[in-house]
Amino acid sequence: MPRSLKKGPFVDFKLYQKVEHLSQQNRREPIKTWSRACTIVPEFVGHTFMVHNGKVFHQVFVTEDMVGHKLGEFSPTRTFRGHTTGSKAMRSQGRV
Amino acid sequence: MPRIAGTDIPDNKPIYIALRYVYGIGPKHANDILAEAGIDGRIRAHELHEDQVAQISNIIENNYVVEGALRRQVQQDIARLRDIRSYRGDRHRRGLPVRGQRTQTNARTRKGRKKTVAGKKGVKGMK
Repeated sequence: MPRSLKKGPFVDFKLYQKVEHLSQQNRREPIKTWSRACTIVPEFVGHTFMVHNGKVFHQVFVTEDMVGHKLGEFSPTRTFRGHTTGSKAMRSQGRV
Repeated sequence: MPRIAGTDIPDNKPIYIALRYVYGIGPKHANDILAEAGIDGRIRAHELHEDQVAQISNIIENNYVVEGALRRQVQQDIARLRDIRSYRGDRHRRGLPVRGQRTQTNARTRKGRKKTVAGKKGVKGMK
């Protein structure tokens, strides 16, 4: 179920303030944040965020298309390196 | 046979059913369209008067996105998700379910036919 419209989008207030602060000084520095649940609002466009994924910070440059999405959508939390080939899989389990 | 919205040629089913053969028109849109046109949905598609067919085509053309245009729109929406490198776009790229469904089992619609992997749980004749 989507979020109630009455509440408006969830935007991390402190993060928003930081963006405003930078915007006023016309500066564009990466902002480190853990706020993955924060919705990207139009004011964020053009800024760069370092979004934590639980381990590292992923650099996310916000474009206009990203408005309405959450910051976390751009910082993957899982690593999938692909499956091993069949023979290798068996070897690792001592089945050869 | 009446032609509505380009290539679609519904048949001798009641018109409120026949309209659903148009890509982008389901039960709700079919009924909405007929209500707006003031046509009884129970008459068969081939019994429709030319004027009525024209009227329906007109309503669809002006108010609904159907067929090619709709397909294109959906593709564009997906392309957008891919371009902004979002999680959802990534799932589309990999051909995996997009909305958080499990993938340990099932998800066959997205993943395609089963590819049996030797040594995996449940494969007989191993050990």
